[in-house]
Amino acid sequence: MAQKTIAGVNLEVSEEGYLADPTLWTEEIAKEIAKEENIELTEKHFEVINFIRENAEAGLTIRKIGKSGIVDIKGFYGLFPGGPLKISSKIAGIKKPASCV
Amino acid sequence: MKKILILGAGTGGTIMANKLRKALDREEWDITIVDKNKTHYYQPGFLFIPFGIYNKHDVIKPKGDFIPAGVNIIYSDVDKIVGEENKVILEGGKVLNYDFLIVATGTQVDPSETPGLKEELWHKEIFDFYTVEGAVALREYFETWQGGHLVMSIAELPFKCPVAPLEFVFLADEYFTKAGIRDKVDITYVTPLPGAFTKPIATKMLGELLIEKNIKVIPDFYIESVDNKEKKIISYDGQEIPFDVLTIVPVNKGDDMIERSGMGDDLNFVPTDKYTLRSEKFENVFVLGDASNIPTSKAGSVVHFAAEILFENLLCAMKGRELRAKFDGHANCYIETGFGKGSLIDFNYTTEPLPGNYPLPGVGPFGLLKNTKFNHYGKVIFRWIYWHMLLKGKELPVDNHMTMAGKKSQ
Repeated sequence: MAQKTIAGVNLEVSEEGYLADPTLWTEEIAKEIAKEENIELTEKHFEVINFIRENAEAGLTIRKIGKSGIVDIKGFYGLFPGGPLKISSKIAGIKKPASCV
Repeated sequence: MKKILILGAGTGGTIMANKLRKALDREEWDITIVDKNKTHYYQPGFLFIPFGIYNKHDVIKPKGDFIPAGVNIIYSDVDKIVGEENKVILEGGKVLNYDFLIVATGTQVDPSETPGLKEELWHKEIFDFYTVEGAVALREYFETWQGGHLVMSIAELPFKCPVAPLEFVFLADEYFTKAGIRDKVDITYVTPLPGAFTKPIATKMLGELLIEKNIKVIPDFYIESVDNKEKKIISYDGQEIPFDVLTIVPVNKGDDMIERSGMGDDLNFVPTDKYTLRSEKFENVFVLGDASNIPTSKAGSVVHFAAEILFENLLCAMKGRELRAKFDGHANCYIETGFGKGSLIDFNYTTEPLPGNYPLPGVGPFGLLKNTKFNHYGKVIFRWIYWHMLLKGKELPVDNHMTMAGKKSQ
């Protein structure tokens, strides 16, 4: 764990930059993390981020987000290019999604 | 007479039928098991069929041979479970009532979930090896193949036996080396995961092995569709990988009956308490093995360990008591690595696979995260153990809970 100042708040983050405590997350923090990923957050991004925050406990998959009614899978890749689930989770302030196979 | 109903006579259902019949008074408890098929498949053996190591007859036996006397067996498809009324409706309308229900209907591959997968090249140049038909068709293809791009792709998580596609590419490397055409075959391993496996230490060990065997890994590839004309797979973010022969783990889903019963998640797996193995929806319904959504591997070893926990908790529930046993997600997988060697991983919900010895600390005889001949023998001998001991619910000399003894923390 490391300390990092994001949007003026001193936060504990994992080596890969995921927030240690999701409850400290704010929209300002999200915007700043997104900037590091070269993403400018739109309203659509926030709809997805809110869905992710609400469903983090139950475990998330790309498929599940594709069935959320907010975006389809292609749209999800469009919003968070590269690794959409990993990047969106980081911006949403939740822990890195673990695949449990 | 009180009734226990088991849906599914695969590894889990068969173990439970044996354990319960032995433990429960026949005057008091009626036990019925339902399955749509009469054939029991030794599924770990499917992997060996494409390489001519096993044939079809090595992996099939009649289901009925493993169900003990005193258990009713019904061969029928299930229409649905009506949990509110403690009953199961079979195809054709026959009703079975129960006091306790065990759902052990497993997971199946569903190639129709991926556009283009089950089209003209299916079982001609595109194969799965999770069905006996796919594995046999692939053997016939490999027998006379001249070489080219072999692409091993995983469509979705979770899937049954997460080490199987790795074993497949290791065995393919050996097979084409021995056929004298390895220089004409390039092997690519395509996965939606960020690396060869999910857990860091095992990923490192297996990743190094893949490099050593000249197998290319393409991580973070989430397949959208298959192009049969151009022979390539396409990801959601537009990457394309050409193939001459594609072997694939199609999307895995729970039984359609789970969906008809309204008891599944988006992939028809049943939401289940990961410690007690009880359904989250109904107090008298338990879920064993691949059919559940518990966050561990979908594999026979997990089913075997979980069966012991489920058995203890079912006895508690029958007496109206608190469920006492807790499952830890214990999984134990032999990994064939080719050329007569194998590796072994042992892990649970909270502990990732670590190096060491198993089951006896310092002695083994099996080496965890090591590549040894002895581990390979473990896998070979396991088929006998499966048919003769495991399915019959006999005690095996290994602990149901994972133990740290013999493991080296990093």
